[in-house]
This record gives sequence, structure tokens and C-alpha cells, in this order.
Amino acid sequence: METRETLSKRAKRIRHHIIEMLGHAKSGHPGGSLDLAEIMSVLYFHEMKYDFNDPAWPERDYFVLSKGHAAPALYATFCEGGLIDEEELFTLRRLGSRLQGHPDRKKLPGVEASTGSLGQGFSIAGGIALSLKLRQKENRVYAVVGDGELDEGIIWEAAMAAANYKLDNLCAIVDHNGLQIDGANDDVMCLGDIGAKFEAFGFEVFHVDGHDIDALIEVFAKAKAVTGRPTAVIAKTVKGKGISFMENQVGWHGTPMKEEDYLKAKAELEG
Amino acid sequence: MEKIATREAYGNALAAIGKENEKIVVLDADLSKSTKTSVFAKACPERFFDMGIAESNMAGTAAGLAIGGNTVFMSSFAMFAVGRCYEIIRNSICYPKLNVKIAATHAGITVGEDGGSHQSIEDIALTRVLPNMEVFVPADGVETAKMVQYMAANEGPMYLRLGRSGQPVLFDESYEFIPGKFTVMRDGGDVALFACGLMVGEALKAAETLHEEGISAAVVNASSLKPLDEATTVAYAQKCGAIVTAEEHSVIGGLGAAIAQCLVRQRPCPVEFVGVEDRFGQSGRPDELLAAYGLTAAHIVEKAKAAMARK
Repeated sequence: METRETLSKRAKRIRHHIIEMLGHAKSGHPGGSLDLAEIMSVLYFHEMKYDFNDPAWPERDYFVLSKGHAAPALYATFCEGGLIDEEELFTLRRLGSRLQGHPDRKKLPGVEASTGSLGQGFSIAGGIALSLKLRQKENRVYAVVGDGELDEGIIWEAAMAAANYKLDNLCAIVDHNGLQIDGANDDVMCLGDIGAKFEAFGFEVFHVDGHDIDALIEVFAKAKAVTGRPTAVIAKTVKGKGISFMENQVGWHGTPMKEEDYLKAKAELEG
Repeated sequence: MEKIATREAYGNALAAIGKENEKIVVLDADLSKSTKTSVFAKACPERFFDMGIAESNMAGTAAGLAIGGNTVFMSSFAMFAVGRCYEIIRNSICYPKLNVKIAATHAGITVGEDGGSHQSIEDIALTRVLPNMEVFVPADGVETAKMVQYMAANEGPMYLRLGRSGQPVLFDESYEFIPGKFTVMRDGGDVALFACGLMVGEALKAAETLHEEGISAAVVNASSLKPLDEATTVAYAQKCGAIVTAEEHSVIGGLGAAIAQCLVRQRPCPVEFVGVEDRFGQSGRPDELLAAYGLTAAHIVEKAKAAMARK
């Protein structure tokens, strides 16, 4: 278990890796990757049972990035943990790379589920949780779901099943940045009260500031203590967090960075 | 003649294997009494999960269970098991090559009275086109059981296409199923009839009729659609010089398409297709529908003569 200061430094480096990767790839999704830095740092370096030297460790907790387009956040975290080296980050989205545009479990050890087609990762996470329950294992499953991704019907099918099978080893983390490709969530497809929806489906729901390391540590501890039902952590985030000109800008969902944007972003992170 | 529906044979085989193999987990979407996964559910209740009327999540859950180390069978009617879940099967099962077996019942038009909305005539095409997927269509109950044994014992995504109605038993227990191998049911030298599923029985009847008319027809049970038995296909094109394919599926993308593609590449010869001609099904009794849609022994005889005339 690492201190708040260490986790904060890790989050900063994760953000840095994301900008490096996307700056070199000249394609990919900056906004929804950057906003996960603190969540990834707290999950992988504090909350989860995980050994970066042995990503197939049978006792590990599982992480599924259901919003697969935030793959750079996952690769950056793997780099921070030593699972991949910095050089490899520059292969993102290139022919032959293990770092596919969306995570591919066949190519990169550590990726639990191949995701990218929205909604499916959460359903898969439920299946992993069910498999663990069946074997009476204690491992937990964490799934990061985008708020726009909640438009997908399969999310709610999976939510219903998770409650039905009492998957208290499953924790959904909703990356609630309020934006999706075509605009603000509620302008595209009104989400209503996300917490109330999960609660109605049988989840124990928590709300947290997705950039507050202490609050994240605390909320995951609370979620872990819940028995008999799955949990949902609604994490309020700022899309593009950490880069001033990207924050809360819908345009930075999947826009490639130009050289000048990359240099500016890098300067901000290093400043 | 003894008859058993392939779905019955599936449920029985699954229950028998499930008792021996603790890794096997079965999912259904509120149709277990019809798909016969209920037999497994009774034998191994702790490893059966009803996912409710939510096929998409059944497919995603199957992927997750496979990641967790289970051998997963998921069942529903072919229309929903393949059609409803298609993109999840593609991206979450085949793309990562997970150990999920999709066993779909009520395939084809012999679903009968439920009508066109429930008659899947596209599922072979849809599954065959997916990389990493193996596709099998058993001709009877014995072959179904052998296929289930193979599927349970081997890794990777597989599709098993099963029917609703009783089918004559064609094989005895000595039959061995090998993927990528067809079975020659009857030899012949003038025309070769490649059939799958319940059309194998029709092809055998057609061969008898042709024999009475002095035409020697071979009948091949083409139950392994992917991998395809290219060697046998080419050998019979060589030997007979005329081929007929017969399937309870659209003529687009199914067995006929697979055989034709193989032959065009390796040994071109006239091929005629018996199948559903680019149209949807409708309500009716299975036998009425087979006649109305041109899926009978008589139609195979007609096409055999047409193929021979083109030699």
C-alpha cells in the first residue's frame, strides 16, 4: 500500500505517459484517458491485489477497462508498474504493436478482456466475477465504465445479472466526466440519476471525486466491505484533466494532437 | 426408424459430460426447457446459470467465465444465440479466441409454426465468417453427442447448430467425429450430394430415387462446415464431376457457398444448391415448410439431374 504522495506522483506520470503516447501516435483518445489517472493509480498501486511481475497470478484482482478507448491510460499504468517499458509506449496504434488502439488480451499480457465495443467489458467483468464465485475465490473484479457507455443496453442487462447473482466481488467504476462524442451526456441521451439507476438495479452506490486520491482510497475500502450485492462507484471526473486546454472540452474525446498541442501539453505537465 | 431431435441429444450429452468435467458451465436465456440445457441444469445445478431474456449479456458473461477458466456452453434459439448476440460473439468471444461454445437450437425453417421471426436461415453464414470460429451441423443425435464431446475437450470458440424436430438416427455409437472430416454415407460416381443437418436424410432418400433411375449418387455428410473437408470435396468433384449441396439455410453464405468457394479454387465443376432462396420463412408445419421452400429429396433429385446436365 502506497502513500497518497506516491500515488499522486504515479498519477502524474501516468498522465505524462498518456501525452507521450498520444503525441507520438498522432491518433487516439486523450480526454477520457487523462481523466482516469488517479483512479488507475489508486486501483493498481493501492487497492488491487496485483503483481506486475506476474500478471497471470491466480490470486490477483481483475481489472477490465470497459471503456476500451481509454487504452492509453491502461498502457501508461502498465508502464508505471514496469509491465511494459517506456520505449514500447511509442508503438501505440502502430502495425505489429502489442498496444492496439483498443486493448487486446491476446497480444498484451495484463489485459484481462479485449474491449472497445462499448458495454461488453462490463458484461465480461460480471462473467469473471461469477467464475470466481463459482470457485469460491476471494479475488475482486473492477470494471471502469464510461458515462456515455451507460447508453448501451447490455450495461443494464449485466447490472441486473450482477445483482441477481449477488456479485459482491464486482465493483463498477463509472468515469463520470459528463461528455461523450456528440456532446454533453444529457444532450445526447439523458442519463438521469446514474446512482439511483444502479441502486434500483440492486447495487450499493458510492459517489466520489475521481481525482481525489484520499477519497478514492476510502471509497474502494467501503466498496470492498459490502457483502451480498455488487457495488458502483460513481466517480466525478474532468475529461482531459491535467491539460488546461483539454479540460471539459468535448472536442478532445478522440482528436489527434498536433505537434504544438503535444509540446504545450508536455510543458504543462512538466511545469 | 428411430428418431431423436439433435437438441435432445445435446442436453443429454451435456449433462453426461458435465458430471465428469467440473470446468463446464452452462448458460441459457430463459429457454432451457426448449434448448434442453435443463437436463444439464438438473444434473449440475451449481454450474447452470439462467441469464434471463438477455442474450447479449449471456454472451458477455460467457466470455468472462471463459477468462476465469471455465469451458462455457451458451444456448438459446439460433435466431437469438447468434443473431441477437452477433457483435458480442465477434468482439468478446472470437476476437480474443475464448473457450465459449455456442449451441443454438431451433435453427432453420423446421421451427415451424412460430414463423419467420424465429426461423434462423443465416446463422451458418454469420458464424462461418468469423476468424477463430469452428462451425458444426450434426446430422443426428449420435453425431451431436460426439460433437459435444469434442467441443468440451478442445479449446476455442465453436458453433453447434441444432434443430427442433426429431431426426432419424443415421449413425451408431462407433461413429467418430473429427473436425475437418466429412463422412461418406453412400458412395457413387455420377453425382455427389453434400448435405448437412436434416438434409442428410433427404439426400440419402434422393440417392435411392436416383439409383432407381440408374444414376449413381454419392452422399456426403458435410457436418464440419469449418474447418471444411476440402480433400473429400475435391475428390468427389474429381470423381463425379457434378455436385449438389443441401442445407436448411439460406443458399447465401452456408454449406453451398463453402463448397462452391473450395471448388472454384481447386477443382471447378458444376454445383447446384438446395437451400432457402434469399427469402424469409413463415408459419407452417415443418414438413409443409420443407416442401414449400424446396428442401426435400425430390428437389435434390431435380438439382442432381441439373448438375449432371451441365457436365
